[in-house]
Amino acid sequence: MNTRLLPLYATLLICLIAYAACLIQFPAMFSTRVAGNLLTDNAFLGIAAVGMTFVILSGGIDLSVGSVIAFTGVLLAVLITQHGVHPLVAFAVALAITTAFGAAMGIIIHYLQVPAFIVTLAGMFLARGMCFVMTTDSIPIDHPFYAALQGVFYRLPGGGRLTFIGCLMVAVFVVGMIIAHFSKFGSYIYAIGGNRSSAELMGVPVARTTIGIYAMSGFLSGLSGIVFSLYTSAGYSLATVGVELDAIAAVVIGGTLLTGGVGYVAGTFVGVIIQGLIQTYIVFDGTLSSWWTKIVVGVLLFSFIGLQRVLVVLSLRRSAAPTGG
Amino acid sequence: MISMKRILLASVFAVAGFGTASAADLTVGFSQIGSESGWRAAETSVSKIEAEKRGIAFKIADAQQKQENQIKAIRGFIAQGVDAIFIAPVVATGWDTVLAEAKEADIPVILLDRTIETADDSLYLTAVTSDTVHEGKVAGEWLAKTVADKDCKVLELQGTVGSSPAINRKKGFEEGIASASNIKIVRSQTGDFTRSKGKEVMEGFLKAENGGKDICALYAHNDDMAVGAIQAIKEAGLKPGKDILVVSVDAVPDIFKAMADGEANATVELTPNMAGPAFDALKEFKDSGKAPPKWIQTESKLFTQADDPMKVYEEKKGLGY
Repeated sequence: MNTRLLPLYATLLICLIAYAACLIQFPAMFSTRVAGNLLTDNAFLGIAAVGMTFVILSGGIDLSVGSVIAFTGVLLAVLITQHGVHPLVAFAVALAITTAFGAAMGIIIHYLQVPAFIVTLAGMFLARGMCFVMTTDSIPIDHPFYAALQGVFYRLPGGGRLTFIGCLMVAVFVVGMIIAHFSKFGSYIYAIGGNRSSAELMGVPVARTTIGIYAMSGFLSGLSGIVFSLYTSAGYSLATVGVELDAIAAVVIGGTLLTGGVGYVAGTFVGVIIQGLIQTYIVFDGTLSSWWTKIVVGVLLFSFIGLQRVLVVLSLRRSAAPTGG
Repeated sequence: MISMKRILLASVFAVAGFGTASAADLTVGFSQIGSESGWRAAETSVSKIEAEKRGIAFKIADAQQKQENQIKAIRGFIAQGVDAIFIAPVVATGWDTVLAEAKEADIPVILLDRTIETADDSLYLTAVTSDTVHEGKVAGEWLAKTVADKDCKVLELQGTVGSSPAINRKKGFEEGIASASNIKIVRSQTGDFTRSKGKEVMEGFLKAENGGKDICALYAHNDDMAVGAIQAIKEAGLKPGKDILVVSVDAVPDIFKAMADGEANATVELTPNMAGPAFDALKEFKDSGKAPPKWIQTESKLFTQADDPMKVYEEKKGLGY
């Protein structure tokens, strides 16, 4: 068995066991409503987490995600509500800005050789600050086009809703998987994350790829911001604080190595769903403090990082064994 | 063997009893903002007590100050098929979609403590909130009555700049003293609703006003600032509650302690019991189908030194303020 796939299987198994445990206690959780909610409620997190997966696969990190989502939401609200711009135009403007923002961070990370942690931390403050420059209020978005998009859903038997944003998240995951596993760009990302200098020696265009990765993360954060503004029909400067950390948690629980080079986009999806499942359980229970979400996620993170270390050590031993004995 | 049987029987009864009880009663889900202030923690614990009193199954989801968590919690409540949903909304906007889902599932929604901005007010059954203008007015009227026709210079400690309770409590107080031309607000500044800022600003006030010798009263937009200001008055060598009257809003436990010590004179209660009236409205709606008015105003009760502050302090102490 491929040891690289082991964390992914472990995640999947935990997800299934967790769901089964939920069902035993609350049979009502077996409904299309809950399933539909899991997709809709976690759409913005899932989309951002796809971008984060690529960043982490390349051995980097992007802390600006949550701020960029809030920035996008506020920008859309200001453009649409205060300036009467059509939502589609506003979407294009927002995506262009966030993609450029991500690319700029990629350029600084690559050419100035500043750690991604520092650059994206600066990006996080910058984007959050820009929200407050635009407005400190929570601005509602009331546009027929928004209402139309929110009204697009497929009614599942049992009252659940497969919403537009839920489907968009699934689509982003599918595209993400294709890019990761079936494109040149994807293989470059794995190569850089595995070993940057050997990737360079093999002729991987490191500069272009690094900038591309952060531009893509910026784009997906922007898309996530659009989804979030559809989700709440409003722009609010203080929204989505700390979502980047939830995204990182989803990526790691999904079996991606924080040091880069190993991981699967599909695993991130399961990581997002596990987090959503914990929150749903807490709401169904109704007496637990919602901070238990953080506690369980913390425990899961620890166990996954532990599991990954064990696997790395094991595979090192195995590859050393033939020469040693 | 006998004990075994007894346990079995007991558990069967327990299960049966539980089954009938939960089938007969209401289940209400409450999406709470978080526990950012003592008042909110008290609101949560009072809600639990009120639910228990009425035999209502009560589920609370703490949103940790995040709207997305509140929306998730509401969707979770809908999926569970609760009988009603209470929300203390963290922001005013962005609730239409999820409330429409609740409406479609025939689950009535009641807003607690804050309201929302929406074009369609059929999305919620009613809102239970305090009238913050009225709170200020009650405080102002108390002062007007207490000083009668004596000249009175008032210092005012405002809440956070631009926040609606600060704006409204100022407006209400001015309304309350409008008919008394002998009462004048001589200085008014923000103390940010905090104890430390309240003290700091009060120190500045007293220095600027000749050591505070001609000041007759202090009005603070919340009790915390008043408690800070009381400290500053004491340090300036004056007697709070006697040389300078102290009136504030909120009715947190600490101000009752100050009243018991004679250092504060009056406070207007922002009741943490928003859920009680909401449960009553809901019960009536479920039983008779009669929709309550769109706004249920909670009582803004005035407490003074005559109201046995030590007893109120003991009552409020355990609520999590």
